[in-house]
Amino acid sequence: MPKDFTVAQTVFAPWDDPNEKPLIQFKNVTKRFGEFIAIDDLTQDIYSKEFFALLGPSGCGKTTMMRILAGFETPTEGQILISGQDMSHVPPNKRAVNMMFQSYALFPHLSVWDNIAFGLKREGKDKDTIAARVEEMLRLTRLDRFAKRKPHQISGGQRQRVALARSLAKAPKLLLLDEPLGALDKKLRQDTQFELMDIQEKTGTTFVIVTHDQEEAMTVASRVAVMDEGKIVQVATPDEIYEAPNSIYVADFIGDVNLIEGRAEARMSPATPRDQIEPTTTPDPEGAPPPPAKPDAPQPNAYGEWLQNTLLFPFLGKRAPNPKELPAPSETKPTPALQSPVKTGGIALHWADGHPPIVVANGDPQLAGAAVTLALRPEKLNIAKNKPDTPNALPGTVIDIGYLGNLSTYHVQLDNGPMVKVQVTNVRRIARRDITWEDAVWVSFSETSGVVLKG
Amino acid sequence: MRRFLLIAVPYLWLVALFLIPFVIVLKISLSDIALARPPYMPQLDLSAGWEGLKSFFAALDFENFVFLTTDDLYWKAYLSSLRIALFSTVITLLVGYPIAYAMARAAPEWRPTLLMLVILPFWTSFLIRVYAWMGILSNEGLLNQFLLWTGIISSPLTILNTNTAVYIGIVYTYLPFMILPIYSALERMDDSLLEAAEDLGCSRLSAFWLVTVPLSKNGIIAGCFLVFIPVIGEFVIPSLLGGSGTLMIGKVLWEEFFSNRDWPVASAVAVILLLILVIPIILFQRNEQKQREANG
Repeated sequence: MPKDFTVAQTVFAPWDDPNEKPLIQFKNVTKRFGEFIAIDDLTQDIYSKEFFALLGPSGCGKTTMMRILAGFETPTEGQILISGQDMSHVPPNKRAVNMMFQSYALFPHLSVWDNIAFGLKREGKDKDTIAARVEEMLRLTRLDRFAKRKPHQISGGQRQRVALARSLAKAPKLLLLDEPLGALDKKLRQDTQFELMDIQEKTGTTFVIVTHDQEEAMTVASRVAVMDEGKIVQVATPDEIYEAPNSIYVADFIGDVNLIEGRAEARMSPATPRDQIEPTTTPDPEGAPPPPAKPDAPQPNAYGEWLQNTLLFPFLGKRAPNPKELPAPSETKPTPALQSPVKTGGIALHWADGHPPIVVANGDPQLAGAAVTLALRPEKLNIAKNKPDTPNALPGTVIDIGYLGNLSTYHVQLDNGPMVKVQVTNVRRIARRDITWEDAVWVSFSETSGVVLKG
Repeated sequence: MRRFLLIAVPYLWLVALFLIPFVIVLKISLSDIALARPPYMPQLDLSAGWEGLKSFFAALDFENFVFLTTDDLYWKAYLSSLRIALFSTVITLLVGYPIAYAMARAAPEWRPTLLMLVILPFWTSFLIRVYAWMGILSNEGLLNQFLLWTGIISSPLTILNTNTAVYIGIVYTYLPFMILPIYSALERMDDSLLEAAEDLGCSRLSAFWLVTVPLSKNGIIAGCFLVFIPVIGEFVIPSLLGGSGTLMIGKVLWEEFFSNRDWPVASAVAVILLLILVIPIILFQRNEQKQREANG
């Protein structure tokens, strides 16, 4: 296929473009309820056509932020600008902003059709325009058949779509979604997430979504803002939030994570051979004298020894001191680090007495000497019975195995260290799993799979 | 069988305390007045057998109902009762709705207290409370004394023994019946509905008309019937607070029964009153039914 066919896809990232004007600007916004500070001196830009997710535990201020945007709350200090216009004294009914409520807030006395038409009627549009727009919204949300029903006569998922259609009907510049999928069950929620993204793309509306479900935020959003105690801790694309969290809080809040605390030390540069930075307690299998037979390998007892030496000796010859050993079972996950040389630079993390330091090639050398935490996602770890040839291999014992069907999570108690979770894709049927409870295992990972965080 | 027994209890209750008395009243209304004890003819005498029963039914007629149409006192009293009931229902609604609204909007920790304050008057006798209003509204009453003291008026107002006093008494007495159903409808309402209405372009006032009022509609209807139905037959308030100009069917009924001792005519008045009330009662029941379906 000629190369011209692949059209260069422009990445949607208005936040990186200095010429782009933000649609929404929070300027040093503070909101207090009595003594309680719901939003604490918050400054943030949100751009047109973004799908912006506010993520955080309950009470972190995310709902207050949304209610300020809708106009139900006014900031105690600071300014909100929408399209460059100060919104401080604009009431909710005069804003080009619509909201989809967590409870949907459908008018129970009106039919689905009238619910969707409600906002349009308030604008004083003529009947045909309203009817056309309502029909369009009904089609968009696939509700045509339910137009005449009352909200209590349709299912939860349909109600959710009515709420969405109603809030989109006025074609707002900005749509606010307050935990929009909270009331749906998991399967329906996942379907609806993709539907939401679809509709957002079709209508070109800017969406701001509030959620406490990190999976939902990651799925739908172009950018995710992780909030804590009235502040935004990190704003980034979902992959960046996940792979490069800027704090222990974010790493811990988004997904599963293993946190290994320790002290950083700058690695020698330039490149140091692996053996030097990683003094292994067991010698390399190649070249070195064969290791003593494993204690669990079958060994003859005294009677067997006598039988061998006196009776079988003429036929079989002398017993070899070490029986032939099969090669170690291959890894379920190939580790690319095996082939490529270990990356240089970064830091070495001293995490437990009696263990070699963990090599983190992407760690900031300026952190040397500081107390740091290494954040490792469970799926980036490997588990094996034999020590693998990777820069980082930590011994431990399997304490627990969580079987999730597609994945298994191994809880491994590191020798002299913390408990870590290792997630392995179940490529084999469970009956053939070779690691079980109480097994001594090696947890390994490459020198770039973790993130070093301060503190 | 158990189901049948369960249903039988309330039905027996209704038969014993409503249907049988009503049949007796209906029978009396078809009888003739007599100087006897009881003061009407004929009496049902089962010992006379089949012949006695036949002559008993032969003696019954609609004479009393015809009489009600000949004297304009009666239909004037009915119309006047309906008018007073209608006006006082409207006034009670106008007074009760804001109270119910304020109660439903009050902080949740205050609501039980406010609710109790509405119910509190029921703890004393209704009759005593109406007498108390006589003390307040009379020429030398508290209200006139207060108004004279403030200098708003120079001579006492005549309120007692007028229709005004009747309206005051009725609105005062029946206010809780209006407040409670409206309050319960408003209290159930989700505040986010009003926010949604505002979000979609309503002002506060139009959100009230387009969302709050329709959603409290069932409460309003229930409250109105709960006031309207008993007020039509109201007797104590017009006879204590009203004057000679206050014409209400309850008072007429009482006078026919106790002053004239004309039980048959009084019974006919009562039967007609009941027939008039059947319509709003059915409408009320239907509203309740609809509400239950909508909620359930």
